[in-house]
Amino acid sequence: MKRSFVGLVAGTAVLALTITACGSSGSDAPAAAGGAATATSAADLGGMDKLVEAAKAEGELNVIALPHDWANYGEILDAFKKKYGLKVNEANPEGSSQDEINAVKQLKGQTRAPDVVDLGGAFAISAAKDGLLAPYKVATFGDIADTQKDPEGNWVNDYGGFISIGYDASKVTVPPTSFADLKKPEYKGKVALNGDPTKAGAAYAGVYAAALANGGSFDDIKPGVQYFADLKKSGNFIPVQSSAATVESGQTPITLDWDYLQAGYSAKLKGKVDWKIAVPTDGVYSNYYSQGISKSAPHPAAARLWQEFLFSDEGQNLYLKGLSRPVRLPKMTEAGTVDKALLAALPAVSGDVKFPTTAQDDAAKKIIADEWAKALG
Amino acid sequence: MSAPSTKGRTVRRWLILTLFGVYFLVPMLASVEFSLRDVNDTHSLVSWKKLLDEPGLFETLTTSLWVAFGTVALTLILMVPTVSWVHLRRPKLRKLVEGISLLPLVIPPIVLVNGVLVVFRDVPEVISGTPVILVLEYVILALPFTYRALDAGLTAIALPTLVEAARSLGASWPAVLLRVVVPNIRSAVFGAAFLNLALVMGEYTLASILLMDTFPVWTVSTGQSEAGVSVAVSLLSLLVVFLLLFVLSMVTGRRHREVTAPIAPTPSRGHS
Amino acid sequence: MTVNSITAEAGVADPAPAAVPARPLPKRVAAWVTGHIGLLPFLAYTGVFLGAPVFMVVLGAFQDNDGVFTTENITAAMSDQFGRSFVTSIELSALTAVLGAVFGAILAQAVLGTKPDGLVRKVVSSASGVLANFGGVPLAFAFIATLGSIGIVTKALTALGFDIYAGGFSLFAFTGIAIVYVYFQIPLMVIVFTPSLEGMRDQWREAAENLGATKWQYWRHIAGPVLLPPFMASLLLLFANSFSAYATAYALTTGVVPLVPIQIGSLVSGNVVADQQNLGKALGLGMIVVVAIVMSIYNWMQRRTSRWLG
Repeated sequence: MKRSFVGLVAGTAVLALTITACGSSGSDAPAAAGGAATATSAADLGGMDKLVEAAKAEGELNVIALPHDWANYGEILDAFKKKYGLKVNEANPEGSSQDEINAVKQLKGQTRAPDVVDLGGAFAISAAKDGLLAPYKVATFGDIADTQKDPEGNWVNDYGGFISIGYDASKVTVPPTSFADLKKPEYKGKVALNGDPTKAGAAYAGVYAAALANGGSFDDIKPGVQYFADLKKSGNFIPVQSSAATVESGQTPITLDWDYLQAGYSAKLKGKVDWKIAVPTDGVYSNYYSQGISKSAPHPAAARLWQEFLFSDEGQNLYLKGLSRPVRLPKMTEAGTVDKALLAALPAVSGDVKFPTTAQDDAAKKIIADEWAKALG
Repeated sequence: MSAPSTKGRTVRRWLILTLFGVYFLVPMLASVEFSLRDVNDTHSLVSWKKLLDEPGLFETLTTSLWVAFGTVALTLILMVPTVSWVHLRRPKLRKLVEGISLLPLVIPPIVLVNGVLVVFRDVPEVISGTPVILVLEYVILALPFTYRALDAGLTAIALPTLVEAARSLGASWPAVLLRVVVPNIRSAVFGAAFLNLALVMGEYTLASILLMDTFPVWTVSTGQSEAGVSVAVSLLSLLVVFLLLFVLSMVTGRRHREVTAPIAPTPSRGHS
Repeated sequence: MTVNSITAEAGVADPAPAAVPARPLPKRVAAWVTGHIGLLPFLAYTGVFLGAPVFMVVLGAFQDNDGVFTTENITAAMSDQFGRSFVTSIELSALTAVLGAVFGAILAQAVLGTKPDGLVRKVVSSASGVLANFGGVPLAFAFIATLGSIGIVTKALTALGFDIYAGGFSLFAFTGIAIVYVYFQIPLMVIVFTPSLEGMRDQWREAAENLGATKWQYWRHIAGPVLLPPFMASLLLLFANSFSAYATAYALTTGVVPLVPIQIGSLVSGNVVADQQNLGKALGLGMIVVVAIVMSIYNWMQRRTSRWLG
C-alpha cells in the first residue's frame, strides 16, 4: 500500500536525521589513571608531585554549578587552570545542589559527568549515604574541625558565610543593622529575600536567622516565619526574588543574603549602586558548603588535585577574597598564613557561631515547607 | 457592504492593534532602557558591547540553530503525515492524539528530564551525550503546539474532497501529501514551524540539566556577570529569534501564490 | 445542512471491507496494524521519547528513596499544603487561559483584516512566535521595570494621580502574575487560532448576508459552530501552558503565591530539601491527573455544544 511507503520514508528520515545530526561522536571514557580512582590521599599515589602528574595526564576537570561570582569561584578556577595547565569544563552554573547530585547519578559513565561537587550540608550527607562520593583526605585535613568534615573525607566543609543585610546606601539613608531595624516604616516595600525558603539555601537561612533574632532557636523556626509574615503584612517585605538586576533597578534596595554574595553585588554594581553589607546583630546564622569528589569521576586524579588546591593556603585565601569564610580560617590565622588585608575586609560578626544539628535542620525544613506559603499568602 | 462601515471597521482594527502593540512594547522598552544604563546615571551601549565580546556567542548560536532546524524537520516529517492521516482515515482517534500531544506540556520539564536521564542512561553517548538527544526531546516538547496548529489547519480545509480529487486525477500518496495537502495548510505548517523554532531557541531547563551548550544556556551564564548584560542578552535572544522567524516568513511569503478558488467544504457527503 | 456536519467528523467511508467474521488472530492483528499504519510512527516515537520518561516518573511517584513500593508520596501530595497550591494553580491557569484566548482571538481577527503578505501580518506572526516562548526571569524583570513599585508605568500612573500600589495592587501577587502570564498566552493563542480564522471564507458571510441573516445570526449559526471547537481546544492548550509555567511566577513571588510547579521545583531541583524527589514526581503525577480531568470536561463540553449548535 502506498501509505506504508510514507511510513517507511518517515522512519528512514528519522534514522537519517539521527545519524547525520551527530557531528562528533563522544570519546570513550578514559581508563582511571592508575589507582587515582581509589586513592584516599595524595600519599596513596606517592605524593603531591605524582598526583599533579596524574592529573596533567588526564588533562581535564569537569565542574558543575560554580557561578563565577559565588565566593570568588571565577578567580579560583582561573588560578587552578593557570597553575596546573588543566582544561576545566564548567557545566550548569545556575544549578542547585540537587541538580549536581542528579548529574552525578545520571551521567555516570559519560565523559561529561561531574568530577567534583559543591553541595549544601544536607545534600552532602545524603550523597555520602547513597555512596556517590569518594573518601579523600586532603593534605590539610587535620586543620579542619571534626564537626565540619566527614571522618572518612567523603565531604568536607570548604567555605561558609553569614546571613547579612545588604543595602543601597544612597536609597536607604538610615542603615539597618538588625532584624528589628527592618521592621521600621521607612523600609516599606524595600526588603527582599533571595528566593523561596523551601528552595533557596540563602532564603532558608534568612528565615532561620530571623527566628534566632525573635526568640526562636535551632529547634524552633516558627518565630522566623512569623517575622516575615508580619513584615509582609506591614508592606516592608516584597516577595520578589532579589538579583543583581532588581538591586540595580532599585526594586530591592535591601536584601537578605549570604555575606559573600552581597560582596559580589558590591563589586558588580560599583558606580551604579553603593552597596553595603551588615551582619545583623540580633540573628547570627552561618552555614558552610561541602566539597566532595564523585566516586565515578571520569577524571579522578584531576578531581583530587582540585580538592587539594581548594584546601591549600592559596585556595583558602581566594575564598577569603570573595568575602566568604574559608574553613581553615582559625588555623590559618594562628599560623599567620592568612592574607591579613582580606581578613580585615570581612564584615564584623558579634557573638558565638553555632550550627544546628542535622535533626534540627530537617525538622526546621519540614516546618518551613508546611508553614511558609500559608503564613505569607 | 457600505463604505462607512468598512472605514469604521478599519479604524476599530487599527485601534485594537495599537492597544495590543502598547501592551507588548512597553515592557520591552523598559528592558531596553535598563540595558542601556551605565555608571553614574548615564546611558550607553557598554552592556551591549560587553555582551558581544563574550566568548561562545557564535558557537552556541550555531548549535541551537542546528538543533532548531533538526527539530522542525523531524516534527514536520512526523506530524504532518500523522495528523493528515488521522483526519482522513480515523477522525475518531483525534481525541487520543490530542491527549497524547498535550502530555508534554503538563509535565514540568524538570520532572520530565529526570525521566529522560533515567531512560537514556545506557544509550550510547553519541545520542545521549550530544545535542541529538535535544532534537529528539524537543520534538516532544513542541508536540502540543505543533499538533494544535496542524489540527486547526486541517480542520479548516475540505480534506476528503481535496484528497479524493487528487487521487482521482492519479496522484500518488506522497504527491497528495506534498502537493495538495501541505500547500493548503501553509499557515498551520508555518505556525507549527515558528512555534518549534522559537521553543528550541528559548528552551533552557532541559538543555542545562543535560549539560548542553545551547544558546539559551549561554544566555543565562552570560547574564550572570552583570545585570545590564543579563537584560541585554535576553533582549538579544528575542531579537535573534524574531529576525529568524521574520526572514522565514518573508522567504516563504514570496513563493506564495494565492489559492484563488478556495475549495469550500461541500455540504453533504452522506454523513452527519 | 449545517456546516457542522462537514467539520465535525469529516471522514471518508472506510475503504477497508467489512470484517469477515472469525478471522484468525494474527490476521486480525495484521489488519489492525495496516489499518492504523498512519499512526504507528507517531505512537512509536512518543512511546520511546515521551512514554518511557513519563512512565519512569509515575514509577518514581510510587517508590520511596530505596526503590520500595509505597503510597506515602501520593498521600503526602494530597495534603493541605499541596492541596492549596493545586487550587491556586488551577485558578491562575483558568483565568489566564480565558483572558489569553479571548484577547488572542480578538488580536488574531484584527490582524487578519490587514493585507495578506503585508508587513503587519509578518511582524505579528514572528513576534507572536517569539513572545509565546518568552518567560522566566527576563519576562519577570521586564514587568518589574514596567509595573514594579518603581516601574515606569507605575510612576506614570502616579503622576496622573492613580497610585496603584497605594490602591492595593501589587505585581508580586496573584493579579500581578496573571497580567504577566497573559503576555505569553495571547501570542500563543494568535498562532494556534489564526489557521482556524483563516478558514472562515468570506463567501459564507456574503452568502449569509444575501439570505438576510443578521450579524448575530451569522455568528450563531455559521461562524460560531465552526470556530467554537478550535477555540475551546486552544483554550485547553493555554490552560495546560499556564498550569506548568513556573520560572516567571517564581521570580515574581518566590512561592508566596503557592503554585504546584514551583513546589515541584523545590523538591526536585532545590537547595534546601534533599531526598524528596519522589514526592516531586507524585506531584507531577497530580498535574497529569488534573489536566486529564480538565480534558474530559473539555471533551464533554465539545459534545454538548456540538449537539446544541446542531
